[in-house]
Amino acid sequence: MNHLDDIRSDLGNKFQKNAFAFSNNFGNDVIEVPKEAILPLMRHFKDSGRFDFLMDLCGADYPSREKRFEVIYQLFDTKTFKRLRVKTHVADGDAVDSIVSVWKGANWFERETYDMYGIIFKGHPYLRKILTHHHFKGHPLRKDYDPNHQQHCSDVLPVHFENDDTYIKDPNRNLVPLNIGPSHPATHGTLRVMVELDGETINRSNVELGFLHRCFEKMGETHYYNQVIPYTDRLNYCSAPMNNMGYCKAVEKMLGVEIPPKAQATRVILAELSRIIDHIVCIGANGVDLGALTGFFYLFGLRERVYSVFEKLCGARLTVSLLRVGGIANEPPKGWYEEVLKVNEEIKKGINEIDKLLTNNKIWIQRTKGVGGISIEEAIQYGYTGPCLRATGLGLDLRKADPYYGYDQLDFDVPTGTTGDCYDRYLVRLEEMRQSTRIIDQVARNIPAGDYTIRDKDIVLPEKKDVYGNIEGLMNHFMLVIKGIKPPVGEIYDATEAANGELGFFITSDGGPKPYRLRARPPCFAIYQSFSHLIDKGLVADVIAVLGSLNLIAGELDR
Amino acid sequence: MLKDTSASATGGLEIKTVDLEAQAQEFLRTGGFTTKLDDIIAWGRKNSLWPMPYGTACCGIELMSVMGPKYDLARFGAEVVRFSPRQSDLLIVAGTITEKMAPVLVHIYQQMLEPKYVLSMGACASSGGFYRAYHVLQGIDKVIPVDVYIPGCPPAPEAVMDGIMLLQNMIETHQPRPWRDNWKVPGFLQAAEGNN
Repeated sequence: MNHLDDIRSDLGNKFQKNAFAFSNNFGNDVIEVPKEAILPLMRHFKDSGRFDFLMDLCGADYPSREKRFEVIYQLFDTKTFKRLRVKTHVADGDAVDSIVSVWKGANWFERETYDMYGIIFKGHPYLRKILTHHHFKGHPLRKDYDPNHQQHCSDVLPVHFENDDTYIKDPNRNLVPLNIGPSHPATHGTLRVMVELDGETINRSNVELGFLHRCFEKMGETHYYNQVIPYTDRLNYCSAPMNNMGYCKAVEKMLGVEIPPKAQATRVILAELSRIIDHIVCIGANGVDLGALTGFFYLFGLRERVYSVFEKLCGARLTVSLLRVGGIANEPPKGWYEEVLKVNEEIKKGINEIDKLLTNNKIWIQRTKGVGGISIEEAIQYGYTGPCLRATGLGLDLRKADPYYGYDQLDFDVPTGTTGDCYDRYLVRLEEMRQSTRIIDQVARNIPAGDYTIRDKDIVLPEKKDVYGNIEGLMNHFMLVIKGIKPPVGEIYDATEAANGELGFFITSDGGPKPYRLRARPPCFAIYQSFSHLIDKGLVADVIAVLGSLNLIAGELDR
Repeated sequence: MLKDTSASATGGLEIKTVDLEAQAQEFLRTGGFTTKLDDIIAWGRKNSLWPMPYGTACCGIELMSVMGPKYDLARFGAEVVRFSPRQSDLLIVAGTITEKMAPVLVHIYQQMLEPKYVLSMGACASSGGFYRAYHVLQGIDKVIPVDVYIPGCPPAPEAVMDGIMLLQNMIETHQPRPWRDNWKVPGFLQAAEGNN
């Protein structure tokens, strides 16, 4: 019995299955249900343990339909690694039940869907805009909103808390409101934290985001598939190639193509190098925030070495855009893989230095141990993935759970922590860097022969020597640039294990050259919504330690 | 008038006679003294820029490289990175500024003390970059005056240094800055300013 039939029989007599539509789209299982069934269905999935994880929640707009909006839920199970997409249709001005009571992690995702589409979630505890500013009128991801219509914002919201928009001090208690950010060295430029202090202790807290909302999804809908790649770079800009990879992998799956082994191997190398430099920024910045400036200089030297490797491959350092749908952008230069191995050795040495510098450092331990801990159950509730989830003790890693690009053939371990506190997150990241160097060693020593990209005229641009050398190449280039890649009609959700956790791309194709809907499932968005939970009743100094340990990359958080 | 002593006093060397008093008079009459002082101050300023890194996005990461061990901006005298606008005179806007961020940026700029300079790092800060989008400010010069624009997405550290050197040159040569002199708080922010 396949998975979908299994779910169908499981739903049994509990639900009016006639109203449910079961389908399979590009290998994803999908159920379409009436909106009244959403809350009981989600509760059933959660309680029966069939799907214990809400991976993503987003909307979509189809203005020509009678019920113009879709709300899309991506479910996941941490034991069987199975996925399911649940969809429901909502008319303009209509409301759908909020599922925050089932998964706390639905909170921000529902707020975002409300912000972007104006879909109302009944029973949501605090349905406010989350990404656009408070003077913004309209809902930008609706198809009738002009992507180039800017609206100015004239002021900053005063300190406010959940369900307390106009904060007034309690006259009977000596509580002090404190605003941190968005322009604060420890908030990395774009995060705003508001706390109410009782002495040194945090009474309650709130965060505001959207200071770097760059409209990734709208840009995705207005650009051709290949043109979206540079935008994906700027999601998690600390590890740009991984975003490229997640996006290209999803589009390739839609097109039904498999990339050559050499491209796969190169992607694995790039992904692991990116994972290392992402963790470098996280650990380095976390150290700087806590006063350990030395680590930053040590680590940034390593980052520069990896930049030089990227630079040799494509000429860019940070936002590399070096993958293409169908493979990688160009043949790596001669000796590149040897260079990777050389840099890998330096990285190993560097990791040991950091290990010596921080792991047994008394101050570091005192600042991070026992700070900002979270249990496995709560982490799942909030939608944690990646190192932050593994630090709690749950060894979920898509490279093992749902292997791609030959990760199942490689020998590496998934490190886990025990308490999920800042120190565990640091240890997990440090060990992941070591494991990444192991992977790079294995892959870069055995690069398969063959081409670096597929050679499909409708997908991949011809090489420059053909474009300038012969008329077929020129025509091919011209046609593909003008007409673009056209994946078949359908929807896909595909995920990779990025440095921060599960980076998923949900793409809807209407058969045209631009994605009809492009959704990025940002790992740190889900993690960040637990922030108040992590810091409340703690000390104000710990805010900085926790903030740094979550590795919040604003490009990915606000998109 | 100062005169040199006899040749015997200098061991037989011939020493030129310098009319220092006349020179000093000339110096003061032509305003040379203040000009020179300006030059000295400009020299000091250009070699001790205290940057406030306003890193919001990808450019912020590249700015870390500029400050980092390999490129080391300290060589240009911009050693002391201050995160307080009160203590810095060079605002480096590194990264996309959204509509939501614009009031914060202006607020930070206003808090800086004179003389102050603004460096717009990267395509997003300079023009909105390839984010021709509903929530992105189409260039920070819509809200604050910019002295140097650095192209690139993100610019390589070498480009940032080039920008810094350009700014140093501007300071050294006392280049007039009408964009700075004529700047006022943008209209859409003025209402909010009045409230404060």
